[in-house]
Formats: sequence, structure tokens, C-alpha cells
Amino acid sequence: MAKDDLLGASLWDAYSDKVTTLMNNPQHQGEITPEEAESHGNKLIVADFGAESCGDAVRLYWEIDPKTDKIVNSKFKSFGCGTAIASSDVMTELCIGKTVQEAVKITNIDVEFALRDEPDTPAVPPQKMHCSVMAYDVIKKAAGLYLGVNEESFEEEIIVCECARVSLGTIQEVIKLNDLKTVEEITDYTKAGGFCKSCIKPGGHEDREYYLVDILADTRREMDEEKMKAAADAQAEGAGNFEEMTLVQQIKAVDAVIDENVRQFLIMDGGNMEIIDIKKDEDNIDIYIRYIGACNGCASSATGTLYAIESTLKEKLSKKIRVLPI
Amino acid sequence: MQVYLDNNATTMCDPQVVEVMQPFFSELYGNPGSLHKYGTATHPYLKKAIDQVYTAINASDEDDVIFTSCATESNNWVLKSVFNDLIVNGEKDHIITTEVEHPSVLSTCRWLEEQGVKVTYLPVNEEGIVEAHTVKSFITDKTALVSVMWANNETGMISPIKEIGEICKEKGILFHSDGVQAVGKIPVDLQDVHIDFVSMSAHKFHGPKGIGALYIKNSQALSPLLHGGEQMGERRSGTLNVPYIVGMGKAIELATTDLEEKTAAIRVKRDRLEDALLKLSDTFVVGSRERRTPNTILISIRGVEGEGMLWDLNNSMIGASTGSACASEGLEANSVMLAIGADNELAHTGIRLSLSRFTTDEEIDYTIEQFKKAVTRLRAISSSFAKVQPTVGGEAGECHIPHHMAH
Repeated sequence: MAKDDLLGASLWDAYSDKVTTLMNNPQHQGEITPEEAESHGNKLIVADFGAESCGDAVRLYWEIDPKTDKIVNSKFKSFGCGTAIASSDVMTELCIGKTVQEAVKITNIDVEFALRDEPDTPAVPPQKMHCSVMAYDVIKKAAGLYLGVNEESFEEEIIVCECARVSLGTIQEVIKLNDLKTVEEITDYTKAGGFCKSCIKPGGHEDREYYLVDILADTRREMDEEKMKAAADAQAEGAGNFEEMTLVQQIKAVDAVIDENVRQFLIMDGGNMEIIDIKKDEDNIDIYIRYIGACNGCASSATGTLYAIESTLKEKLSKKIRVLPI
Repeated sequence: MQVYLDNNATTMCDPQVVEVMQPFFSELYGNPGSLHKYGTATHPYLKKAIDQVYTAINASDEDDVIFTSCATESNNWVLKSVFNDLIVNGEKDHIITTEVEHPSVLSTCRWLEEQGVKVTYLPVNEEGIVEAHTVKSFITDKTALVSVMWANNETGMISPIKEIGEICKEKGILFHSDGVQAVGKIPVDLQDVHIDFVSMSAHKFHGPKGIGALYIKNSQALSPLLHGGEQMGERRSGTLNVPYIVGMGKAIELATTDLEEKTAAIRVKRDRLEDALLKLSDTFVVGSRERRTPNTILISIRGVEGEGMLWDLNNSMIGASTGSACASEGLEANSVMLAIGADNELAHTGIRLSLSRFTTDEEIDYTIEQFKKAVTRLRAISSSFAKVQPTVGGEAGECHIPHHMAH
């Protein structure tokens, strides 16, 4: 809250011109009849998502060429506000010409981007992001019907934040990797909870299965337990003698700790790391590492990730350890 | 043509009101609290405004009508000071209100709950009215206050204020009513009904924004909300807002003189508009006309989402309002709509049209025409009216993410 927030923003003024134009004159509004699809030798798929009692509903029509799986025509019907109608319209536009398999990859972010006037200016205010999510969901449903599979099979992970499509795994991962302590930090790192805010805690616009506050609490508890276990393990293994080990022993010990605690998270992000050298003097044990793959050049490799690696090694092996990426 | 049909949100300030306010900005600008003639010169005009307000609501000379900044302040004042006087510094612990109050009552009550007060939010019937026997059944020995709005802003439905007043009088419990939607729309006679406190706001009856009042029966005790001066008999501190008080006096006089006649004319237009809109299929209006303020229509249009409808009306230069979840910043379904319990559907398809004495027949004709046009366009897009049915297995389930109830 500050000067710019004193007057609540006008909702409709925050819509892009494209949203306004498509609401006033949707291009793909209408229906495709079974007869029409049949006359072209094509297959018709009609899928519903949402309901009038939920506040928005969309019906998506796909005319698909069964030989190529290509969506040759698409229409929609929508019960909803301007954003819902404009999102449905642009979703339909995005589907036309794609194969069903390609269409499944369209996300709500794609829909929202297609509604932008300027690449850097959101097409709709945060609380309207959920309207584009509906478009994403109905595509999955239509594809599921055509391919004869459950639409949930397209969903690789549990989605916590529908607006930004952030998965449970991603959120848990960034909390652990970056030692996040607040929901605001989670939002900064992942955008989860930054839009309609329903996923932050119970009592928002929509009821959710997972809430950021709970995920944060559970993950932090898990982290504490892991830490305690690691400390106990380290003691049992006599890791206190790290400083007395030979260089080879030290590299092996560092590798073991990295394997157990860090490497999985790096690999998940498409990266990895290797130990280059260990140098020691009276006060410090400097471990030189090199990032590989996606970690190389990643912003948090010099901050959050590095900190996580260093603190883990300090915890398990020696307080004298410093980690230096080269 | 442009048509303003959102008079339950705010009204145009009557040009006659603006005119009487004019001298008090740069000519008669003295502080009424001053001893010199600059200050005292305002007194006759303030006295006149006070008379106008007392006359309009038929307050007795023993009663207080204290000017405030708005009805939100008046509502806060009653609730917080009753809390202070009878709960913190007394034996009571309970307040009764309804599910359909204005946020300035509901949010204050939720805050009071955080302070440990027990608050009962009474349900309403399908017309959106809280029944007197319901109020009675929830009163206990510990009840400090009953707060029930006189008429509802969304539906226009009028509460059985007289009956509730009798019940509270009999039980010896303080009774407050938010009279914002009643004053100037229906008779408000404070000698006919027993009410301890009534909140009102000038901008709802063609007065200026930023001025309201609280009626206090028999000048009874109610600790002040604002401390710091001797104004208004030390009941409400702050330099008197002279131009706005003068304006409120004029506005309430204009709104309540020949009330029957004026509201009858509004009612005729409202009924004509309502009849025409109800000719559209799959529509319904909340509440019977007899129990509703004469200027209000809350209509549900199947298959047309409220914000979408507002959008099209706005494109036709018609200003209306909706209780639709989609239109509000917070996205929560409207608590009044949910309280009525119309299948959750009304919460998304409700459009409120509220007229004023300035609404013309031509404006009604234009609105009917544009309203029908908008419904036709949006129903043509609406999935609710689609003919081709979903592929087997493609039907949508029940609303799997229900809107969170307000309380």
C-alpha cells in the first residue's frame, strides 16, 4: 500500500485492447455441428469446463482431421466476463492448425500472452488470471476425449498455483534449495501465489487442495528433520575428523554429502556440479566446484544454490568449509 | 444517450443542493465554533439544516442527530461504542446483525469478534428479508445490540423495522438500523418506530458525498468515536463541515417533501422497466415489489454473467451494477446474493438497476432496448444456450472449486 494504491485500480482499464476488442467482437464464437464435421470427413469433439454456478463456463468445439490429428476448425461458447470470453476466443485461435498433441501444450500463460498488446504488459489484472486457466483446462479435456485418455494424464505434476501453473514439486524444491522462509519469497522465486492468491491460504477466491502456507510449513519441517538426521549421521560416521582426512578422502566425503543432499535438486533443474579441488590453510577449507548444464550461469548458482551447498557441507563436515564456484 | 441506473451506489448531487452550498466555501467560511461574526454568521444556516433533517425523519427535539463524515462512520461509531460502553465496560457480550448488512457493519462486526464479542449473523428468507421472529429468537440476556439495515442496497428489500423495534424495546435492548437505503426512498418516521440509532448518508439522496449523520434517540449515552473538540455537543469532534451540512439539509428536504408523490413516479418507471425486462425468457427479480424500495431491481438473467452484462451496458453508456463475483476486486461471491441462496447462480447473473427521481421515461425506453440487445448478444455467445451437446465424457462436473462463503 502506497500512493499508487490509494485509489483502487479500475478493473476494466487494466484490460489490454485485445481483451476489449475480442470481448466486443469474438472471432470464433459459435458452434460446430456433428453434421458439419461429418460432411468434411472429420471428427467433432465438444468439451465443457466450469459451470454457471462457478461464475464461468466454456464449451470448446474441435473439428479434427482423423488422419493427421490436426484441428482444422475450432469454436467456443462461453458464460463469463469479458476476460473469459476474450481468453476463450484466443484459445480457439491458438488451437486452429495445431495437432491435438500440439494443442495440449498450450498453457494459460500462452493464452494470456496472446492477449497482450505489449510483450511486457499483462493483458489482464492478477485477479483475472483464472479466466485463462479455464482455457487451459478445457483443452486438456478435449484432448483427453479425442485421444481416449484421462485428461489428468497430461498433467505431469500436481499444480498448486493454477494461475502461474507452478507445481508442488517446484515449490518444495525452491524452498529447500533457497532456504525460503516466507510465502512472499516463494512468490518472488516462482510467481506462485502472485495472481489470484487463492493458493496462498484457505479463505481465498477458490478452495484449493494445496496451500502455500502448508507446503512451506511441511517443507521446512522436513528440512529440519533432514538436518537433524544428517547431523546425527555425521556424528555416527565420525565426520568430525574431516579436517584430518587426506585429500582423496575429503573429496570422497564431499561428494557423498553432495550426492545425498544436493545433486538431486541440481539434476531436477537440468544441471549438475563437480568438485575441482580442495585447498586448506589454518582457518579455511576452500572447496572449488564447477557447475554443469543449466546450473552454469543460473542466477541462484552464485546465491541461493551456492549457499545451500556451502551450508550443507558446513553442517555435515566442517565449519571451516567455504565453497567457491569457478 | 447515457443513463445512470446505479443510484443505490451514489446519486447525482441535485443542482439546487450545490447552489445552497456555494456561499459556504469562500464567503461564509467562518468556523462555527468561533466567537466572532465570521463564525456566528453560519449559525442560522446550520440551524436550518438541522431543522430540515429533524423534520425529514420526524425526530423529536429530545433526540440528537449528529453529523458525521458518512454512514460508514455512523455504523462504526454505534458498533464500536456499544462494544466499549456495554461489553468492555459492562456485562454484555453479544451483538445480533444479519448476513446482508453493508460491509461497514459486517466488517466491523468481524473485527469485534476478534476482540472477543459474540456476533450472530441472522439468515434472511428467500426474499432477502430478516424476519422479526428470527431476531427475537436469538436475543439473550447478554445481547447488547441488534443492528438490522432498514432497506438493502442490493435487493432493495425492506426489513420489518417496526416489529424488530418493538421486540428490542420490550427486551430493553439497543436497536440500530443502517438507514442509508431508506431515507428519501421510503417513509422514515422516527416517532412511528422505536429505534435507538439510525445511520444515514447524504449522497444516497442527491446530497454531496462526505457527509452523513447518526440519529440518537433521546440523546442517550454513546461514547464518542472521535475525540478532540466540543463540536456537536462533544459527541463528534471535528470542525463542522458547514457547506456539506447545509447541502445535506437541503437534499433531505428535497428528497422527503412529497415523498409519496415523488416515489410513486419513480415506482411507475421502475415497474415499467421491470415488466419489460421480465418479458425476456429465463429471468427473475428478487423480492416482491411491495416489500422493496421503489427504485430498485435486482434481476437475474440466465446464461449471462453479470460483469459481461455490465460491460455491454457500459458500452451503451448505461451505468448499472452487479453483485457478481467476477466484477468485484476481491472476486468473492456477493454475500447478499449468497445469503438469499438462489442456487449460487444469482451471484453470477445478477444485475442491479437503481433509479432516481431524475430518471426519465426516455431513459427507461433506451435502457429496455439496450438491455435486450445486450442479453441477445451475450446469450448468443453463452455456453448456457449452446445447442450442440458435449461429447460423451466431455460434460463439466459440479462446480469443483466453490466460491468461499463470506462467513
